[in-house]
Amino acid sequence: MTRESNSIVFVGHVDHGKSTLIGRIFNDTGMLPTGKVDAIRATCERRGMPFEWAFLMDALQAERDQGVTIDAAHIRLRTKRRDYLIIDAPGHKEFLKNMVTGAAGAEVAVLVIDANEGVREQSRRHGYLLRLLGIKSIAVAINKMDLVDYGAERFGEVAKEIRSYLASIDVKPTYIVPVSGNAGENIVTASPKMDWYQGPNLMDALDRFTATAPARDLPLRMALQDVYKFDARRIFAGRIETGQLRVGDTVLFSPANRKARVASLESWNTPVPKSVAEAGESVGFILEDQIFAERGELVSHATHPPVETNVFRAHVFWLGREPLEAGKEYKLRLNTAELPVRVQAVEKVIDTHDLSPQKTDRVERNGVAEIVLRANKIFAVDEFTNNSQTGRFVLVDGYDIAGGGIVSMRGYPDQRRIIEVKSTNISAVEYQVTPERRAERNGHCGGVLWFTGLSGAGKSTLAVEVEQKLFRKGYHVYVLDGDNVRRGLNANLGFSPEDRAENIRRVGEVAALFAHAGFIVITAFISPYRSDRDRARGATRDFDNIDFHEVYIEADLETCETRDPKGLYKRARRGDIKEFTGISAPYEAPESPELLVSSGEADIDACTDKILEYIEQHFTLKAV
Amino acid sequence: MDHLDRLESQSIYIFREAFNKIEHLTMLWSIGKDSNAMLWLARKAFFGHVPFPVVHIDTSYKLPEMIEFRDRMAKEWGLKMIVGQNKEALAAGMNHTKGRVTCCTALKTDGLKAVVAEQGFTGIIAGIRRDEEGTRSKERVFSPRGEGAEWDFRDQPPEFWDQFKTDMPPGTHLRIHPILHWTEVDIWRYIRRENIPVVDLYFAKNGKRYRSLGCAPCTSPVESSASNVEEIIAELEDTRVPERAGRAQDQEAEDAFERLRVDGYM
Repeated sequence: MTRESNSIVFVGHVDHGKSTLIGRIFNDTGMLPTGKVDAIRATCERRGMPFEWAFLMDALQAERDQGVTIDAAHIRLRTKRRDYLIIDAPGHKEFLKNMVTGAAGAEVAVLVIDANEGVREQSRRHGYLLRLLGIKSIAVAINKMDLVDYGAERFGEVAKEIRSYLASIDVKPTYIVPVSGNAGENIVTASPKMDWYQGPNLMDALDRFTATAPARDLPLRMALQDVYKFDARRIFAGRIETGQLRVGDTVLFSPANRKARVASLESWNTPVPKSVAEAGESVGFILEDQIFAERGELVSHATHPPVETNVFRAHVFWLGREPLEAGKEYKLRLNTAELPVRVQAVEKVIDTHDLSPQKTDRVERNGVAEIVLRANKIFAVDEFTNNSQTGRFVLVDGYDIAGGGIVSMRGYPDQRRIIEVKSTNISAVEYQVTPERRAERNGHCGGVLWFTGLSGAGKSTLAVEVEQKLFRKGYHVYVLDGDNVRRGLNANLGFSPEDRAENIRRVGEVAALFAHAGFIVITAFISPYRSDRDRARGATRDFDNIDFHEVYIEADLETCETRDPKGLYKRARRGDIKEFTGISAPYEAPESPELLVSSGEADIDACTDKILEYIEQHFTLKAV
Repeated sequence: MDHLDRLESQSIYIFREAFNKIEHLTMLWSIGKDSNAMLWLARKAFFGHVPFPVVHIDTSYKLPEMIEFRDRMAKEWGLKMIVGQNKEALAAGMNHTKGRVTCCTALKTDGLKAVVAEQGFTGIIAGIRRDEEGTRSKERVFSPRGEGAEWDFRDQPPEFWDQFKTDMPPGTHLRIHPILHWTEVDIWRYIRRENIPVVDLYFAKNGKRYRSLGCAPCTSPVESSASNVEEIIAELEDTRVPERAGRAQDQEAEDAFERLRVDGYM
């Protein structure tokens, strides 16, 4: 006999009557333990106060003394239909972390609103957090209808107000139910005092929500928790978050990018060994080949791998004592992976009251914001919209979990294709002509001058100007420019974040080859992503004695937009060009470029001279 | 997956997180049904092994059947067992007549603290459940304890998306609660499914059985005719008597149990 079970959290503004409503539900469904009502009555009498249902959930002495719920309580309720886990979340702003703790595990949320007071600060904030927590089944209980004489008009006003707020954050409540926790109206039976209301009573509404099925149909994801060797077996242990895993499957570990076949599913005290496991199961498996993998790897099938990146966009809620700020470092915990990350940017701090963006780059405690996080190595992640289990994370500040968030890759590329190495069994030839001998003949070293900057900053103009002057002086120099390269080498690439990253990867490799051949290579690409430029720098490291010089051609957006030599900004503003750097896609400025050229302030000649001087200093061989 | 499968999977996940993240880990074994089921779950998590020592705090007042069961099972399951006892308090004559809460604090809480200090444990797995009692219903799965083992219930860490608090300052420790989300009847149904051994005291003799086990002077049997696991499950599906009704220390004052727990009781 398996009964359906469902977990329900009650959220909402402080004093809007959540605990009372829950106490009443337990009483009216006949589920209170023997003696509980008497115990509550005695407690209230000792305090010289009227009978208070909230004392059922408010188990802590401080909660009873202050008449406020401090921490989330979990209580089981059995109705005729199914088993419930009822979670009472605190409504006071001070205890938002406890609200999140209570609500995050729930399948259904009841947003409780005082009919008299209407929608308040925490009603909105809690509504907003439900969305971030990924809870989609939501009912609104308009409580304390006894205080407004059970009036249909007042109910309509409050219902309209909350419905329109929730609609603005893409949340649609399934039911809006008028109730009175105090008087016990419309909780388990229809209320004759509100005969104007035609919908289900509160418990009926809750019974109508179906339990959410585990995500068996999504692609396989298992976060590796540990690798055990208690006996002869080497067991990879973890929980399948989504999808299914079968014996014989080839699984991919990301970001290690290693593959192996599953030889068996291991378990203890089970009658028959399993051949398939699915979402929600904690499993252990043995691999046919011994590969190295450790905690933090994300296991998938090779056909549907997670995103690999070292940077992503996040929608966060902040619970930390110290504010979240751009530039700060935290520990990112993403499934079972842990790694240091830095807040690259606080893009938007949101006022949950009216959803307006705030003019600040600090996220205070209990705030919500959109930020960009960057790590110094690649990790595996999913976008929250594709997989809510593996697309969310927490940030740890010091010893404490200080915030949580959901992942978006908007404007950022999946770097998997770029870092994946498909060619194997390679042995490179040993060059007999060394870069030193080429330099001796040329009179200068080979190297890469990597120009980066916004469109219109003057990269191409300066590149050809510098090339011309160097050539006249006898330098071996060549310019790789965006549009030229896209005609041939990169003609098969478009402008998606992934294609732009691949475009830059190829240019980086070609530039390194030219430099190795003795040339001074000047590249003129926007190259907006820091990780792409770092990878181009890495390409030169495969050769000895080849230097990479990042040159930031700096001009602010306004200047570039005024120049607009190709008319691209106008088209981007009209929306004709999607994901245009600076307008609708990010530009990540270099943090410590080898050379900074402010083309917004100085004229072309001055800029050219500055670059030429730099090249002569760094590339020309000094007479021995 | 059915309801028990889901509960089991979650407990296994918690065990594996604790084992990976906490260096000096131990598990409290009270010999009761909950900690037996929990020990079973540990063996599920670690494929038949229990890769950490178990601690039993012996107040010397336990029902004798419990001690007999403990020694038998420890041998059969190959457990590394540490028995803690506050000998000083016992020598000074501590017993429940000095006040039940006083006695619990001395023999259980202080007894536990001494073992933790001596062995340097930084994580203690305990088999408490949210449905047992009000303050436990507010607990975290990974619950930090201060330098004096005290529980700061006013300021508990956030805990969501199965990301648990595992970082802590030196001198403090974590309590880990792998069966926090189970109910009493869940435990019995799991005992039935897995055939887990339990002390005979749970089964009715002469119209009475123990529903919750503790020290002899403070634990009384309840009226019951349930003489096997099947009958216990049937009884629990029907009852409205709270589980800890037979545990005298809880009833001393409105917040007796909360005060015990704030001081470091399980």
